[in-house]
Amino acid sequence: MSAAARPDRLIYMANQIARFFDDQPGDAAAGVAQHLKSFWDPQMRAEIVAWRAAGGEGLDPVAREAVGRLV
Amino acid sequence: MARVLEFDLGTPETVGEPIGLTIDGAAVTVPEGTSILRAAAVAGIAIPKLCATDSLDAFGSCRLCLVEIEGRAGTPAACATPVAPGMAVRTRSAQLDRVRRNVIELYLSDHAAHPDRGECELCAQAAALGVRGSRYAGGAAHDGLPCDESNPYFVFDPARCIVCSRCVRACDEVQGTLALTIEGRGFASKVSAGQDELFLSSECVSCGACVQACPTEALVEKAVLEVGPPDRSEVTTCGYCGVGCTFKAELRDDRLVRMVPWKDGKANHGHSCVKGRFAWGYASHRERVLEPMIRTSIGEPWRTVSWDEAIAHTAAEFARIEARYGAHAIGGITSSRCTNEETYLVQKMIRARFGVNNVDTCARVCHSPTGYGLKTTLGTSAGTQDFDSVEQADVIVVIGANPTDGHPVFASRMKQRLRALSEGGGGAKLIVIDPRRIDLVRTPHVRAAHHLALRPGTNVAVLVALAHVIVTEGLIDEAFVRERCAIEDFQAWAEHVAGPEHSPEATEAVTGVPAGELRAAARLYATGGAAAIYYGLGVTEHSQGSTAVMAIANLAMATGNLGKPGVGVNPLRGQNNVQGACDMGSFPHELTGYRHVSDEATRALFEAAWGAPIDPEPGLRIPNMLDAAVAGRFKALYVQGEDILQSDPNTKHVAAGLAAMECVVIHDLFLNETANYGHVFLPGSTFLEKDGTFTNAERRIQRVRRVIPPKNGFEDWEITQKLSTALGYPMAYEHPSQIMDEIARLTPTFASVSYDLLEREGSVQWPCNAAAPAGTPVMHLERFVRGLGKFVVTEYLATDEKVGPRFPLLLTTGRILSQYNVGAQTRRTENVVWHEEDVLEIHPHDAEERGVRERDWVQLASRAGSTTLRARITDRVAPGVVYTTFHHPSTQANVVTTDYSDWATNCPEYKVTAVQVAPSNGPTDWQERYEAMSARSRRIAPEPAE
Repeated sequence: MSAAARPDRLIYMANQIARFFDDQPGDAAAGVAQHLKSFWDPQMRAEIVAWRAAGGEGLDPVAREAVGRLV
Repeated sequence: MARVLEFDLGTPETVGEPIGLTIDGAAVTVPEGTSILRAAAVAGIAIPKLCATDSLDAFGSCRLCLVEIEGRAGTPAACATPVAPGMAVRTRSAQLDRVRRNVIELYLSDHAAHPDRGECELCAQAAALGVRGSRYAGGAAHDGLPCDESNPYFVFDPARCIVCSRCVRACDEVQGTLALTIEGRGFASKVSAGQDELFLSSECVSCGACVQACPTEALVEKAVLEVGPPDRSEVTTCGYCGVGCTFKAELRDDRLVRMVPWKDGKANHGHSCVKGRFAWGYASHRERVLEPMIRTSIGEPWRTVSWDEAIAHTAAEFARIEARYGAHAIGGITSSRCTNEETYLVQKMIRARFGVNNVDTCARVCHSPTGYGLKTTLGTSAGTQDFDSVEQADVIVVIGANPTDGHPVFASRMKQRLRALSEGGGGAKLIVIDPRRIDLVRTPHVRAAHHLALRPGTNVAVLVALAHVIVTEGLIDEAFVRERCAIEDFQAWAEHVAGPEHSPEATEAVTGVPAGELRAAARLYATGGAAAIYYGLGVTEHSQGSTAVMAIANLAMATGNLGKPGVGVNPLRGQNNVQGACDMGSFPHELTGYRHVSDEATRALFEAAWGAPIDPEPGLRIPNMLDAAVAGRFKALYVQGEDILQSDPNTKHVAAGLAAMECVVIHDLFLNETANYGHVFLPGSTFLEKDGTFTNAERRIQRVRRVIPPKNGFEDWEITQKLSTALGYPMAYEHPSQIMDEIARLTPTFASVSYDLLEREGSVQWPCNAAAPAGTPVMHLERFVRGLGKFVVTEYLATDEKVGPRFPLLLTTGRILSQYNVGAQTRRTENVVWHEEDVLEIHPHDAEERGVRERDWVQLASRAGSTTLRARITDRVAPGVVYTTFHHPSTQANVVTTDYSDWATNCPEYKVTAVQVAPSNGPTDWQERYEAMSARSRRIAPEPAE
């Protein structure tokens, strides 16, 4: 994926969500993944999934794990 | 349409044991404490009166309501004399008539002759008692005094005033501003605004309570003088804030004369503010667009076309875009200014016709975190109480809200409860959590027990610190928590907040709130009796907006302040139908009644009713639509009643998104700022011109009634229906009541709602169904909607919007009393006399450092952009904090706000922007360019010659 296609906004949003669920008891990545499924349009999810598949630079560990579970 | 008549019972209702008495021989039973005047009125006996009215406490000054009581000497005033068991009252006798006639003559001696419009109670009483003149000399004290015409909406003519004090008492008891007083003594006494000032320059907030109270037309609406007294009226619901005041819209012929707050209105109980009562002139403003217009590109002038052509053109464009880019390139946005039925139709059209969930509403940018936070913790997205609940609160917490400006009629109710404390009548103590010293902190007879003036962006840290005190000092309502809440979640939460890093002492450096003050506030909230939290956009419009809402719910659950009157978690909704728009399935992940689109059973219900498949995946939110547009994937947008260019954050990004679309349809009253990027303009109807319902902040569903025909030709639901039909998804509703019937069939919380029910009951609060046929004033009585209440760990995370050397100040934004939202309506009324422009509030220290003086032009710059406006130097804001409003497009405060948003909902972080302020000598380049572009974009091509 080219640098120009880096979905900065989505990466930022995913990390924000991960920071919340990281503080919750239980499986943080599961919480993030469910949040993405519940509130993100499929195109947005596809974009972040593709970014992770291309290396996922910028995604925090919990966000990266959660995005991985969307596949 | 006849005139809606209201009967004045003379003094307020009381609650007490039944008392039996006779009045003119008729047996009457009324509650203990009732006045004789009211008891007689209840029995259908009208005792003459002037200074008494049932919205005000008895005053006993006019001496017209005198009566005779068997076994008692003299002629006591019926208004000030309570009933007693077995009392025998006479309201008519030769002596009483003689005394009353004499009193009337005395009043007439100081009441200038005036045209009889049938509304002067003194003239009516004189006629009833056969008094045709006065034997007494004229009232030199008031004749010839100048008439005060300074207020744009009403006049005060002292020559007609009988100094009965109804206006003064209304300002005191109903509005709570105390702007009026009686100045002087004896014949020289007169009503005075402020300290003998004009009404306009005094502290008067122009709520109109004094005008409504005046019995002699000394205070009267200018429209009544200009048009004449109304001859018919219709009850409807205000189109402004989330309080949802009901009014009698009073007309003469087909012309609206005035809006009079309806006494039976369950949200406002006969009170109003300057917007609802007076600011309706925009409906006939010269800038209102009444004919549809289209253009092929935003660089061209608009071309006026027929409705048929506009609808056909829009349908063809949407079909073209669907064919080329797919249905996911299309979406719709509704406004909380639209009715439930209108918003329901827009989301239905987008979902059923295009098979996508790209629908959103302006609640995205205000209370979407309330939806997420309250659904997660309590089970549904709604305030827990009715407004009347405030009368039973012992402690009131106001967080991130400014009720006297944003929700003025409810603020008056709140002030009555707060004032009762200083007046020895019980009352409530007040905690304000706000960076600014809002009016409630210190207002006549009200003083906050604690004002936690936190740094913008630190709500969650403060809320968690409050929880820390409650947990570590053993102030938890353990019985409530054990019975009503999920205990494991509670334990995790309690362990979290009890950490020493969350103590007030540890967080003081971050929040700026003194630890001792915060501890005292926490103790008061937890132990002060019934404690209610009211919050606004100062809570939601943050990167942790949803977290803060959940932190508030945690506090309420921990202290047992839910499920009964006087308590609760109460979001103050900004616009009139925020609650309703959210209820109606306007969010891209939910169908009506907050049911997720992924729920198969719910989808099946809608698919059967609509005859179309529903996408099980969430659609795009407003900011996602704009991002997708900039990326080239989103091409067509139907915007009903919303001005996203002015109201949404980071104006340049919004403009870029709109400019990237191929068909932007604006359905509105005016060529608003978003219309600069529009390709189709569909003229909308005002709330006066349509039928429907609004749902206010207390979940109260109320009728909006068509008062005058729509100047644009159609009600808004009819326009959406035309568009849907042209798009190939026919709709054939004949009246909005049929739309509500469909909503009720598909929405369990609305199952029993119908226009017939609303006619019978006046209004009803959802849930309204078989389990609660009369509605639900207070929610979560026995159990939470979700079952057990869920405590959520709410760790404070600092916003990424940081101050630094380049941008050292924090900007927060809000609204003022006289203006509403982006000002599209109120800027087109006389309300501009109170707010001609947005100004920047800046602390004296910050102003001095920058060489800024009062009224100087200053440049307000952030990482997103800059604008200029005038400075107002005030210590209402703390050092390091600046504040402005967003009512004027010439300022466009949202040029400065950023893309940061709530983690859960994308609600923008309007309340925290790092900025710099510097002296300036005029508009920025951007403002000048925008003004020129806006002028170009609003051009309308002349009609071709015949």
